[in-house]
Amino acid sequence: MDKFGFAQSQKFDTYASRLLPREEYFTSGHRSCQGCGEALAVRWVCKAIGKDAIIAHATGCMEIVSSGMPQTSWMHPWIHVAFENTAAVAAGIETGLKILARKGKIPEPLPAVVAMGGDGGTSDIGLQALSGALERGHNFTYICWDNEAYMNTGIQRSSSTPYGAMTTTSPPGKRSIGQATWKKNMVAIAVAHGIPYVATASPSYVFDLYFKVRKAIETPGPAYIHVLSVCPTGWRSATDLSVRLGRLAVETGVFPLYEVVNGRYRLTVQPPKLRPVIDYLKPQGRFRHLRKPELDLIQRQTLAAYELLLAKCQAPYPEFPVLTHEEEETIPEGA
Amino acid sequence: MSAHPAKAQRVGMEVSIAVSHAVQMARAEAIAAYPITPQTHIVEHLSTLVANGELEAEFINVESEHSALSACIGMSAAGARTYTATSAQGLALMHEILFIASGMRFPIVMTVANRALSAPLSIWNDHSDIMAARDIGWIQVFVENGQEAYDHTIMAFKIAEHPEVLLPTIVNLDGFILSHVVEALEFISQEDVDAFLPPYQPKYRLDPKKPVTMGAFAMPEIYTEVKYAHQVALTNSYHHILKVWDEWANLTGRRYRPVETYLTEDAKVLFLTMGSLTEVAEVAVEEMRAQGLPVGLVSLRLWRPFPFDALREAVKDAELLIVCDRALSAGGPGGPVHSEVRNCLYPLESKPATVNYIIGLGGRDVPPEAFHDILARAQKEVESGPSGEFFLYGVRG
Repeated sequence: MDKFGFAQSQKFDTYASRLLPREEYFTSGHRSCQGCGEALAVRWVCKAIGKDAIIAHATGCMEIVSSGMPQTSWMHPWIHVAFENTAAVAAGIETGLKILARKGKIPEPLPAVVAMGGDGGTSDIGLQALSGALERGHNFTYICWDNEAYMNTGIQRSSSTPYGAMTTTSPPGKRSIGQATWKKNMVAIAVAHGIPYVATASPSYVFDLYFKVRKAIETPGPAYIHVLSVCPTGWRSATDLSVRLGRLAVETGVFPLYEVVNGRYRLTVQPPKLRPVIDYLKPQGRFRHLRKPELDLIQRQTLAAYELLLAKCQAPYPEFPVLTHEEEETIPEGA
Repeated sequence: MSAHPAKAQRVGMEVSIAVSHAVQMARAEAIAAYPITPQTHIVEHLSTLVANGELEAEFINVESEHSALSACIGMSAAGARTYTATSAQGLALMHEILFIASGMRFPIVMTVANRALSAPLSIWNDHSDIMAARDIGWIQVFVENGQEAYDHTIMAFKIAEHPEVLLPTIVNLDGFILSHVVEALEFISQEDVDAFLPPYQPKYRLDPKKPVTMGAFAMPEIYTEVKYAHQVALTNSYHHILKVWDEWANLTGRRYRPVETYLTEDAKVLFLTMGSLTEVAEVAVEEMRAQGLPVGLVSLRLWRPFPFDALREAVKDAELLIVCDRALSAGGPGGPVHSEVRNCLYPLESKPATVNYIIGLGGRDVPPEAFHDILARAQKEVESGPSGEFFLYGVRG
């Protein structure tokens, strides 16, 4: 695996797709929707984690599309237990392997342990188990497939659904603009656990995704990767636009690609100039009902969050970013 | 404390500590637990044994019981011999995962220190926690005293891990009433335990060299068949349980049966109890016999798989069977044990009448006198014709 390991990522610029592994660990023939960004991400993540790995998966789209008994799309040893506990299951696997190796029952090096779950299984119902596993410092990598709603059960809002988005449980109406709250910052929550590696990634930036996963796997201790997974069904977008939408999310600053290594922030993909957010929102039917005031609000909020991220990237103490003069003025009195 | 107590020497010890020594002697490799009263002494002592290197195991202090059992599934799937303990609300929080552990056939061993469920909050003993988890597909045993708690904890690993069984197993012991009592106990040597219980050889485990998919979803075409296979495995585990108990009897001289009987010969009236209540009932029955009353005692040790034939055999000649439940099936036909017992006896042509008394809820003390009182009330009840009712014994006001 060293051939494709993190060390190689230093030669990032010279990379081409033919230099990445050809082995497929997530096989075709699964039942995902057309244009599923998550299936694309899973395929590349599985290549990146390599053969010697065990995967624990939460209930969700990917579990359902890939594991209908008696078939399976997983070439890795794979286990699904329930919706909210995949981090606890992975913690158990890692612990089990550790004691078996110590007793000489299985050879070292131990396989990598990877936990995967959707945004609901990660930022809502599975947050407790994930927080527990991160806090205890298990050596595993958690990957969140964020398609911004409960897509397995239809299209119901989660705490990861962005502001203004239409879902079947956050419908726009006379008294509603759709999702009324802002997307939960799951990455910040992971960072707050003080774990050695946290990153965002997107299958629209395959090399970036690939090497972040390698880095996470090779980092001892817990690692967390948040992958934006475009969902044409739930986002009401054209199925051939998934990779494009993933890029637009980055180019507009809605989903910046960065990593936090031992608390230090770094943008890994830096668009020279941000595009207006409307370029990203317009191709998606779930934002169709929004009018100018809400669009402006989303634009302002996106820029504010992006600037805060840039400040964290530049700050010697990222938790205390250097604020600009303008931002200081906006802090209310008595705060 | 030494690595483990010496062989065949009677030592005074708290039952919870004895259970953790049984887990130690069974050489459990992976433990995940969350503190809950009255189970805490078991896992506290286990964590000390692990910390001192007296038990070569990994111990995860998880953030909830839900994660405790989830981590146990992970550890068992990785191929480790796995143990946990819980109680009441903790068992209830595990509820979803209890079914998954048995459905996926992981031989996890768990001690449940039985306790009442909220509300109102009660940390004291009854069986409402485990009776609410009656249908989880685990093997379930009830123990009467500390010696049995020690014995059955070691045996549970052997039963659960048998390749034809592969089912998680619960050893039920009454919280506080049993878990916190200091008793004289007899241990067997580590060599004997090692010979009795060889290391766990998982049939399937998560191994990149031989990848398998565990926990796949099932369409309606296959779900029923998987459930049927589980049912067959649980029913057939009965013979393996008897075999393991026989082996234990040869090793220690202590013989266990799915349905225990005490002074049942020529008994016209039988009490049926479970767990530590049995010892109190024994005292009461002895007193009644001394008064010349034809009374006997039946104790249900094996709760799952339910010992239908053994129970029918044990009670068939009696006229009246008084089932003592320690849980209430609210709005239902009485206590859960009585429901099952009546169901078991229904097909018989000649069977005893049954009366159901629900006693000792939420830690209410049950002295031997209670059984005298219950006998008098039950007989009066039967004389006035079978009512089919159940009685919540000892309600004031």
